[in-house]
Amino acid sequence: MDALSLDTFDIRDYLREELLPHFMCPGCGHGIALRALLWAVHKRAIPKDRLAVVCGIGCSGRVGGYIDANTFHTTHGRPLAFATGLALARPDLEVVVITGDGDCLAIGGNHLIHACRRNLKLTCLMLNNEIYGMTGGQVSPTTGEGRLTSTTPQGNAEPTFDACALAAAAGASFVGRGMTLQTAALKDLISEGLAHQGFAFIEVISDCTEIFGRKNDLGSSPEIILRQKGSMRPDTYGNVVDQPFRARAVRTGVLSRSDRPEYGAAYRATLPDGTAP
Amino acid sequence: MATTGRQNLQGNQACALAAIAAGCRFFGGYPITPSSEIAERMSHELPRVGGVFIQMEDEIASMAAVIGASMGGVKAMTATSGPGFSLKQENLGYAAMTEMPCVIVDVMRGGPSTGMPTRPAQGDIMQSRWGTHGDHPMIVLTPCSVKEIYDQTVRAFNLSETLRTPVVVLYDETIGHLVETVDLPAPATVEQAGRKWATGPRDAYLPYADPGDGIPAMARPGDGYRCHTTGLTHGESGFPTQQPDEVAAMMQRLLGKLDRHRAIVDRFETLHADDADVLVVAIGITARAAHRAVQQARQRGVRAGLFRPVTLWPFPEPAFRDAAAGASKVLVAEMNAGQLSLEIERLCASPGKVARLTRFTGQPIGPAEILASIEDLAGHGRT
Repeated sequence: MDALSLDTFDIRDYLREELLPHFMCPGCGHGIALRALLWAVHKRAIPKDRLAVVCGIGCSGRVGGYIDANTFHTTHGRPLAFATGLALARPDLEVVVITGDGDCLAIGGNHLIHACRRNLKLTCLMLNNEIYGMTGGQVSPTTGEGRLTSTTPQGNAEPTFDACALAAAAGASFVGRGMTLQTAALKDLISEGLAHQGFAFIEVISDCTEIFGRKNDLGSSPEIILRQKGSMRPDTYGNVVDQPFRARAVRTGVLSRSDRPEYGAAYRATLPDGTAP
Repeated sequence: MATTGRQNLQGNQACALAAIAAGCRFFGGYPITPSSEIAERMSHELPRVGGVFIQMEDEIASMAAVIGASMGGVKAMTATSGPGFSLKQENLGYAAMTEMPCVIVDVMRGGPSTGMPTRPAQGDIMQSRWGTHGDHPMIVLTPCSVKEIYDQTVRAFNLSETLRTPVVVLYDETIGHLVETVDLPAPATVEQAGRKWATGPRDAYLPYADPGDGIPAMARPGDGYRCHTTGLTHGESGFPTQQPDEVAAMMQRLLGKLDRHRAIVDRFETLHADDADVLVVAIGITARAAHRAVQQARQRGVRAGLFRPVTLWPFPEPAFRDAAAGASKVLVAEMNAGQLSLEIERLCASPGKVARLTRFTGQPIGPAEILASIEDLAGHGRT
């Protein structure tokens, strides 16, 4: 799609305006991620009727409900498993999963690694805000070491997951990371993920200002989002072997990509002629 | 492997063939004894008809994938046994709440926990009704022969689609691994009920409004309705609500919808129940033994009868009350510590009327034991 067409992007065309204002806190990064996703949907000219958005539980799980599409708010940690059934049964749909760091890496971790391995065409956005925000700010698998949460009153002593390293190791054929600070790059990254023929895992560094930010005295919302830039360490991903889970990895962009066979097409190729769904 | 006509067939295989005939085109599975033959047969049959078979990473995911396929409008099924059934309960509740049709087969083995994987039991009677949290409708069908597994699996799909509710097909390991001669119908002659799909203008469509029969029409993704589906308590629009009046209206419709369709939900079988002095209640392989015991008791002059629920939940309450009204004793025979007994005691409400014959050793209850209990109860009734 050319630049002129993108000038026509109006987020209201893709939102259920009757549900606004949304429920996200001031300063929350999830709205930025939502806008980037809808921009990418527009760029890829995906019709809303053909777009299916499958979410889990948590703050990230509530994002999909604002999209004027076929939206499914499923159970905690399971959106990838629901999406797997939906995408296999209805290959005519464009299936996007929106999940969070707790939803995807803790309770849903098994589904993530097998979705990566299986390589079904799905685009998975994991909104990483380092916290269980919806339940009041408990420690998550991506909470930084030393951070204060409502369940780590002395500071988090657990190491942090590098979700992208995990996804790549499990075989995801497209792995990328974006930041809500860098919206242009994030839009392009999601757009590339949507176009990828296979499982696309995209971690979006987002921020929980109201709960995580306050608890850790990180300052105002603009100060918090600017920390994303300050914490960028382009070499982190390369050091995965040495320090697998010690730092919040923040190398951004497309981190790995391959053109392994897409599972849905591979399965359908085994079916007798004329019978495929 | 023939899919139609006269043949010797195992119960689990019959379940798979029935699903195909009923229009099932998606199976999400996970291996577990003693249900695995269902998944294995589905992996052979589904590709032949353009369907999708997938073995998921765990029981939770297989239930989720099945509901995901159903969200896309495709008839879908999974099969498991006790430990896996426990794991499926989370998403089973989601299917009940979102009114997403799906069929779950539970081939019962000894429990609790890993229990006795290869031994029969009937210990999931209460779990099949109340395994997921919160108040919810649930249909559970409980066949007792290979042919009935076929028929009730077909019926499970039709009820699930017609009433927009998950349906459990529940049978013990003995029935699942039983091989009997059956005459399967040509798939084209098998009744297939479809889901009620939304038609008409999008602006006028409310995904969870009661059209009068308690069963909302569903919007198929891609048809232009662009609806929201959530496990949160929702109003007619499908979006979350905590307004007490909206919550009450939704829950009352959800909890009442099976009652409004009892005529197609309730199924049971009786033998000599009309004049029975001792009425036996049993399901599955235990009902087969009870059938024989009742015949033997009659030959010995004891007025015994049998009430066998085919639809286990909701329990065919009016029919049972009729059958039990004239009996002085009701004997519940079951392979657990007394789960069906709880329901029968509730319905009889007469202290001492209900006797239990229970076993949880992994051995089926035989006709001789049931006959002895019948005679014992009949003797007490006379003195």
